[in-house]
Amino acid sequence: MPNKLAVTGANAVAHAMRQVNPDVVAAYPITPQTPIVQYYADFVANGIVDTVMVPVESEHSAMSAVVGSAAAGARTMTATAANGLALMTEIVYIAASYRLPIIMPIVNRALSGPINIHCDHSDAMLVRDSGWLQFFSEDHQEAYDLTIIATKIAENDDVLLPAMVNLDGFITSHGVDVFEMMDDEVVRDFVGQWEPKYPLLNTEKPVTHGSLDLFDYYYEHHRQQEEGMEKAYELLPGVFEEFEKISGRKYDFLDKYKSEDADYVMIVLNSTASTAKYVVDELREAGHKVGLVKPWVFTPFPKKELIEALEGKKAVVVLDRAMSFGKEAPLYSLVKSALYNLENKPAIGSFVYGLGGRDTTPEMLHEAFEAAMNDELDADTQKYLGLRE
Amino acid sequence: MPLNLPQLVDFIAKNDWPFTQGHRLCPGCNAPMVAKWSTMTAKALGYEPVVGAATGCLEVSSTIYPFSSWNVPYIHNAFENVAATMSGAEAAYRSLLNRGKLDNKKVKFIAYGGDGGTYDIGLQSLSGAIERGHDFVYVLYDNEGYMNTGNQRSGSTPTGADSTTEPVGSKRPGKLQFKKSIVDIVAGHEGVYAATASTSEPMDFIKKMEKALEFEGPAFIAVLAPCVRFWRVPEDSGPELTKMAVETKYWPLWEYDMGEYRVTKKPRNFKPLKEYITKLGRFNKLIKQHNSDEIIEEMQEYVNAKWERLLALEEISKDKPLRKKI
Repeated sequence: MPNKLAVTGANAVAHAMRQVNPDVVAAYPITPQTPIVQYYADFVANGIVDTVMVPVESEHSAMSAVVGSAAAGARTMTATAANGLALMTEIVYIAASYRLPIIMPIVNRALSGPINIHCDHSDAMLVRDSGWLQFFSEDHQEAYDLTIIATKIAENDDVLLPAMVNLDGFITSHGVDVFEMMDDEVVRDFVGQWEPKYPLLNTEKPVTHGSLDLFDYYYEHHRQQEEGMEKAYELLPGVFEEFEKISGRKYDFLDKYKSEDADYVMIVLNSTASTAKYVVDELREAGHKVGLVKPWVFTPFPKKELIEALEGKKAVVVLDRAMSFGKEAPLYSLVKSALYNLENKPAIGSFVYGLGGRDTTPEMLHEAFEAAMNDELDADTQKYLGLRE
Repeated sequence: MPLNLPQLVDFIAKNDWPFTQGHRLCPGCNAPMVAKWSTMTAKALGYEPVVGAATGCLEVSSTIYPFSSWNVPYIHNAFENVAATMSGAEAAYRSLLNRGKLDNKKVKFIAYGGDGGTYDIGLQSLSGAIERGHDFVYVLYDNEGYMNTGNQRSGSTPTGADSTTEPVGSKRPGKLQFKKSIVDIVAGHEGVYAATASTSEPMDFIKKMEKALEFEGPAFIAVLAPCVRFWRVPEDSGPELTKMAVETKYWPLWEYDMGEYRVTKKPRNFKPLKEYITKLGRFNKLIKQHNSDEIIEEMQEYVNAKWERLLALEEISKDKPLRKKI
């Protein structure tokens, strides 16, 4: 029977990992990822799982070791945040190009500098072009569920891409909330066993992994990688459907909250969506037709679904918890570009918020909605919520 | 029983080389000897080598897609992380064996790195993998410079050598520092088997490779393996030069095993270091443009002191292992 637990988000993710039951976990500590790996180490130390853990000496080696492990044919996981992800980045790209379905929770934290340990999404956006599937979670339940979903899609033979599951640093990772944990057997049946095609450890059929790939093949291989992404996009709805059967929880590319009949829509990732839902309810009570769209899947980017969700709206406000210095904010630029083909484009506005863990209050989200409702949006101006100017 | 020469010859006659023909390493390069002898030793002992390589000459020259010179499983990840990559593969192996998903008990992991990937950019990854006690053999083919990218200076480049990033000029006599003593650094991890080897002494290398493979934990062998191109020496001179390196105390042959030091070759007569230095074209500019006698004298004093120290370590550590377990 499913079990309700009141725990931290890190604990929920550690439970998802335990149930998925990787052969190997290699990780290096960084705040606020630490509790995930600590909980997992406790499971191992107490014989609850028999995963081999590799407590490496850096994130670079964490990602290198998981590449070695997954290439060997083992189901493999790691977890990191911020600077740890930045240090890994060279190998993050390699993991995707080697088509290794590694699963990595990212506990979102601001990238240095200067150093800051609190939540924003600059880490996730740093690697948005690395070829990993990227899921975003609003709360404990979603972080838990999406870790399981990510495993299922990543290991699909037609996809074979690594996946990151993003959860907000401290807000989700360290905050206590209730989530529903499925039975171990249910999760294990759902994810099944990974059967790698060309494991390094098959000494009878030796394979060379990681060849020197020059101008005559590299291009085609990268095109194939894009095909993996296309397949993930194509196959994800089926995985969501299967997941709903075992959990009763319905996922999609987009979480749409009162957006169907809304005139004004906010788009935001991760935990701020909870605040946004509260604000939507407040504004609805006051008679305003507002709604929220929160991408569960960021990569592959659900362009078609966004167009469908936003067509006919009066205005759209996009909130980014990351900047792309000198260019439009990452989520905003993607949403804006998705709307290019629409004949009647909604007005659109870009709002940066919450960098370095700056608290994001309902008032700030009201401010963004009000700008939309008062017809004050300018597609070419980046605005800042909660900034002292 | 250690492998003997007739056994090896017989094995080689009847089996394919795990590292085979078709690679594009330069004529005279000593890296293929290192790759061949080490993998063949593993095979001859009945093991199944699973190989990793750091970015470098051996890697770029042996796996140009869609070709491969490796008849055994092989992985290249990046430059600085072959030890971490192999530690992941080795952890996977342990896990899959433990979970009954695999039953091949003969797998042995061998990592290859050049001096750039070992002394410099890969040192942290190597140190971490050794400290964690992974069961693998790290084989360093040491050609004393970033030869793959065109003779840039590394932590292994010897004093006075000409390189493209620390060239001999009218004011500067090439590299100013001594090279690192990489095997001492590895031995500093204590729970390890570590050795030097030379392409001039294949049986010494093979014997050490056998010990390394059978050592239950991390093992490391540093093989002096000339790059004939950037050492500016004739193509057929590699082993002849490494023989001189041993005979001049430039590259003593020794091993460290859990605290015990052993010198594996003690030449009866030593040659002056100058004889070795003057054979290598990479020192020509130094000799022509600078007061090389002073630099060579300093190097001679250093290798003498190192040799005395090695003998003393052998003496003091005999039958006195520092650790009983890794």
